[in-house]
Amino acid sequence: MDNARIDRIIESHGGEASSLIQVLLEIQGENRWLPREALKRVSDRLQVPLSRIQHIATFYKTFSLSPRGRHEVHICMGTACHVRGATRVLDAVQDLIGIGPGDTDLNLRFSLDTVNCLGCCALGPVMKVNGKTHGKLSPAEAVEVLKSYE
Amino acid sequence: MARLSSPEELEKFRQEAISMRDPARLCVSVCAGSGCVATGAGEVIAALGAELRKQGLEGEVDLKRTGCHGFCEKGPIVVIAPEEICYLEVTPEDIPEIVSATLKEGRVVERLLYVDPSTGERVTREADIPFYKHQERLVFGANRTIAPESIEDYLAIAGYQALAKALFEMTPEQVIAEVKEAHLRGRGGGGFPAGVKWEVAREAPGEPKYVVVNCDEGDPGAYMDRSLMEGNPYRVLEGLMIGAYAIGAHEGYIYIRQEYPLAVENLCGAMKRAEEHGLLGKNVLGSGFDFHVKLHRGAGAFVCGEETALLMSLEGKAGEPRARPPYPAVRGLWAKPTCINNVETWANVPLIINQGARAFTSIGTEGSKGTKIFSLVGKINNTGLVEIPMGMTLRDIIYKIGGGIPGGKKFKALQTGGPSGGCIPEELLDLEVGFDELTQAGSMMGSGGMIVMDEDTCMVDVARYFIHFLTDESCGKCLPCREGLRQMHKILSNITEGRGKESDIELLEELSETAAEASLCALGKTAPNPFRSTLRYFKGEYEAHIKEKRCPALYCKELISYYIDPEKCQACGRCLRECPAEAIDGGKKMIHIVDQEKCTKCGSCLEVCPPRFSAVRKISGEPVPPPIPEDQRAIVRKSKKQ
Repeated sequence: MDNARIDRIIESHGGEASSLIQVLLEIQGENRWLPREALKRVSDRLQVPLSRIQHIATFYKTFSLSPRGRHEVHICMGTACHVRGATRVLDAVQDLIGIGPGDTDLNLRFSLDTVNCLGCCALGPVMKVNGKTHGKLSPAEAVEVLKSYE
Repeated sequence: MARLSSPEELEKFRQEAISMRDPARLCVSVCAGSGCVATGAGEVIAALGAELRKQGLEGEVDLKRTGCHGFCEKGPIVVIAPEEICYLEVTPEDIPEIVSATLKEGRVVERLLYVDPSTGERVTREADIPFYKHQERLVFGANRTIAPESIEDYLAIAGYQALAKALFEMTPEQVIAEVKEAHLRGRGGGGFPAGVKWEVAREAPGEPKYVVVNCDEGDPGAYMDRSLMEGNPYRVLEGLMIGAYAIGAHEGYIYIRQEYPLAVENLCGAMKRAEEHGLLGKNVLGSGFDFHVKLHRGAGAFVCGEETALLMSLEGKAGEPRARPPYPAVRGLWAKPTCINNVETWANVPLIINQGARAFTSIGTEGSKGTKIFSLVGKINNTGLVEIPMGMTLRDIIYKIGGGIPGGKKFKALQTGGPSGGCIPEELLDLEVGFDELTQAGSMMGSGGMIVMDEDTCMVDVARYFIHFLTDESCGKCLPCREGLRQMHKILSNITEGRGKESDIELLEELSETAAEASLCALGKTAPNPFRSTLRYFKGEYEAHIKEKRCPALYCKELISYYIDPEKCQACGRCLRECPAEAIDGGKKMIHIVDQEKCTKCGSCLEVCPPRFSAVRKISGEPVPPPIPEDQRAIVRKSKKQ
């Protein structure tokens, strides 16, 4: 992500230090992770110390400080999904792609994360892949869904 | 669009909006809330558009994309006005028939109607479906009649009437008095009287003042705020502006989870349209009252639902709570008086101003007035969002509205209040819903999650689940929460994994007490609730785990084994094929056996074993019977012997 784009994002938020989280969200949204250079640029332009930006970037779950896989897999661990067997879905998915929550595989094919409720409780257990929601999944169905993503 | 600059112009515009609508005209509404979109509402809408064109009905039938109707279990939902014919679980393949039969010939497509499982009868009208019939949808009901992108839809159902009334006919003090008299309590969970909060904020010294909408709905299993915001953002904005006028604020913030992209999108659109129509921004409706609102997306932190943490986050900092008092109403955002309320609380305000406090208080219990929206989820037949009058019993909610527990299972507990709440056992099902009533039962109202648990749910695991959730979400600022919960989670994990000790319960109680006493914010203070309430009502389950290493619900993986009953196995081979761990040994006409060494306890075998055999079962607290000897494994089929 080039500096000119980062500057435009910062300007669209009026260049105020209080907009830090919104700025980071937009960078993350476009670039899918927060490279160190981008954070440095934000630090310079918003006049916020890099250490505080690191604090924010690690405090909030949305942000990632490492590159993400081509396909982002989110497994809902909300209570409704939990009582309907989300843990077993997670186990099956972990077995298939060989990484745990918060990780990205070496081929950058998948990033796996758990989320605490996507608000689709009627459809539990729920898995979201690249923004598409798959509901009422059995462990075996979840595995089938993921096999279709290259 | 010229800005509306007086209540008269608003009224004129409203009448125009109403007159453009022919109540007898056919209108197909498709629920496009997140739940239905996930089950394919987008495809249904596209198919409808194409089919209307194909069958030459374009321009004659309206097609509307509305917010969440609530009956998420049966989505995508299609409702056809004026008769309110309600079709459930609609797929794009059903569309040609709906258009040709219902829209062209006025015939109902029977197979898409709701079937009452108890009587087998089909229900045609949406309002007659038992799920809806017992509800009182004062706040949420409008969702199904308006398209979020149409401010005219909202105006047509008396939208912004309350704002006009407040701005032109009432003083700020009168507005506050009305809300106080209505005894509106905070719907986010705390239950603090909103009117009192507003008064404190109005009287607190310091300018400017702020109003904030808390839409950081982080409770797992709760999604009513999202659905309100997605479906009817105008109403939240209207309530917010009435509150701003009452306390003397001209700036507002809406804090919304970024996990809710559709809510963000619909709200942004609503803000833009409201501004274009003079219902937001400078000189609202020509009253001289200015109000600007900014949207702030949360970046994924449960603790930001706590008001002081939310305000820190609005300032661009890490969302760590601070000690109260001073309360935000006195010293909040940028150290100025800030009134922060939940989405549903704000959405109740127009109702109170329109109908008056007396009408509002005519519904509810002594201490809790009005209605409350719950998300009824988990092991329940009719999953969805329900709005009920305060004072309805939990039993009515679960059985009359929710339709009971699926699969003939037995009810075990109702979890309310999210991670801060607790589990309510069957003996308390006649409890009337209200803030104080739920707190007395050891749970709490919370933001409105209601998770039904059946006999297959392990209560120790539920406690472990919530403590794990909170350990994960603890901001780490204060020790009893950061470290105490971590220890509690370790102990509870030990118990669920068969390593529990007799002294564990006492230790857990001690840690609970410390967390409740010494934590700074509500997250830590209420964190022990899931443990405490499950211990209070389900102590036997804890003891079974600790003493007998047995999970009575047959849930805890480390305490159960899967076993194939040799008497019942018919060697159909389904489990053999499905087992991902290749832990099943068997062959044609050979009784299958689970290799306990290889078994990962994923449960696939149990799931696929045909119910007519039900050969696979779970065992806990007792040794697995040894596999039957090789020479006895051949199956002799009785039916084929003849």
